[in-house]
Amino acid sequence: MIENALPDDPTPTPLKTTPLDAWHRRLGARMVPFAGYAMPVQYDFGGDLAMRCKGGVMAEHLHTRAAAGLFDVSHMGQAKLLGATAAAALERLVPGDILGLKPGRQRYTLLTNEAGGIKDDLMVANLGNEALFLVVNASRKDDDFTHIAASIPSAVTLELQEDRALLALQGPEAANVLSALAPEAAQLRFMAVAPLTIAGIPCLVSRSGYTGEDGYEISVPAADAEALADAIIANPAVVPAGLGARDSLRLEAGLCLYGNDIDELTTPVEAGLTWVIGKRRKMEWDFPGGLAIRDQLDNGAHRKRVGIRPDGRAPARAHTEIVADDGTDAGSITSGGFGPTVNAPIAMGYVRKDLAADGTPVHVIVRGKPLPAVVAPLPFVPHRYAT
Amino acid sequence: MASKNADKRYTKDHEWVTLDGDIATVGITDHAQEQLGELVFVELPAAEREVASGEACAVVESVKAASDVYAPLAGKIVETNDTIVEDPSIVNSDAEGEGWFFRMELDNTDEFDALMDQDAYDEYLESL
Repeated sequence: MIENALPDDPTPTPLKTTPLDAWHRRLGARMVPFAGYAMPVQYDFGGDLAMRCKGGVMAEHLHTRAAAGLFDVSHMGQAKLLGATAAAALERLVPGDILGLKPGRQRYTLLTNEAGGIKDDLMVANLGNEALFLVVNASRKDDDFTHIAASIPSAVTLELQEDRALLALQGPEAANVLSALAPEAAQLRFMAVAPLTIAGIPCLVSRSGYTGEDGYEISVPAADAEALADAIIANPAVVPAGLGARDSLRLEAGLCLYGNDIDELTTPVEAGLTWVIGKRRKMEWDFPGGLAIRDQLDNGAHRKRVGIRPDGRAPARAHTEIVADDGTDAGSITSGGFGPTVNAPIAMGYVRKDLAADGTPVHVIVRGKPLPAVVAPLPFVPHRYAT
Repeated sequence: MASKNADKRYTKDHEWVTLDGDIATVGITDHAQEQLGELVFVELPAAEREVASGEACAVVESVKAASDVYAPLAGKIVETNDTIVEDPSIVNSDAEGEGWFFRMELDNTDEFDALMDQDAYDEYLESL
């Protein structure tokens, strides 16, 4: 009856490990396969950490919203795109305004396909000195980097950063925690990026995350990852948090999980991500699938990504069918579970456009039974980003 | 060989069973609740439902996943513990006591003894 892997995990074996593998195991992590890596899904804390948080998905989630959680996201793909025309080269592949991205700033964007579908979602930072920094999903990184390398001119170089770990420090105490180790961290604004020395370790830090809370994502040399993680959890506000809490936090924050909520068959219009299309890019639509996406914007998508609130206590998981009040097919849930902060089941999914308005009553088919639910605004928990 | 759980039996799906006459009380083991983590939802079978041995008849959900609970033996559901539906955390705090799931009238009480005893279950857990 016990299935610890996250849903829909297409993991092959053998598993790769992150530079923090031994660290997780020492701290009581339950490791599960995810995107080809052994990753901590949750912790059973002992000693000092147990005084801060009892561990488990719910407790780690709530601790992150109340104070701060430290996530190992080293499975994600990190790369630099180097060259005077790097931004122009990347714009051939994404709808975002990359030429307009100022040094020291980061932006969320999408790799699109010719049909307007989403190949991946990613973060792009302008490091200055003709260097962009990319962070892509673990499950997509091989495809993404092959795709990017094949598309860039010879004057631009894609340099994978496989010798780096990535940590995310998230929660309302994150700024206090990191500023105590690197005072400049307090000055970083939301979606700013800067090289910072943290506890003597040279890091690349952005003020961003995947929980809806204030926080930082910290790229660090693999060899220094343990020392950095130890320095951060030395602060009593912080506990390590696993992929389980990361998933419930991002779901409450209404953020998409690639492979669940967005994929090659969903478009930015359907997914409600048209804000990623740069204003200047809407003049030319010169990115993969641009004309298809413009057409869909003009004529409306047939379906839309929405929040779903099931009545009662039963969670409606991914792939749950959604049915309209008149019994017709409405769509399906793409991410669903229990929101610890909301203290109720929450989900997101795609519904027919005529059912996408907030408050529309629907049914979700859970274990063969139609349960009442309602289309709800996203996020379920308000974002609390830094300014 | 008497132990404190001499009259308790276990399944490979991590259910526990005790027997009083021909009425079996069924729950999930402490090991199971620990592996699942904090439960947020429990669904129990309807009273009077006839269940086959190994038939999925209850559901538990944690934040991250749903899992079935199986009838360990064949019989008829006669009582369910609705307090765990109201407060699933009781299953986490007392899985093998107050956190029982349902009682069933067994078709054949002889099958009870074929289930694993405490020693066999402990050995089974070691092998996982």
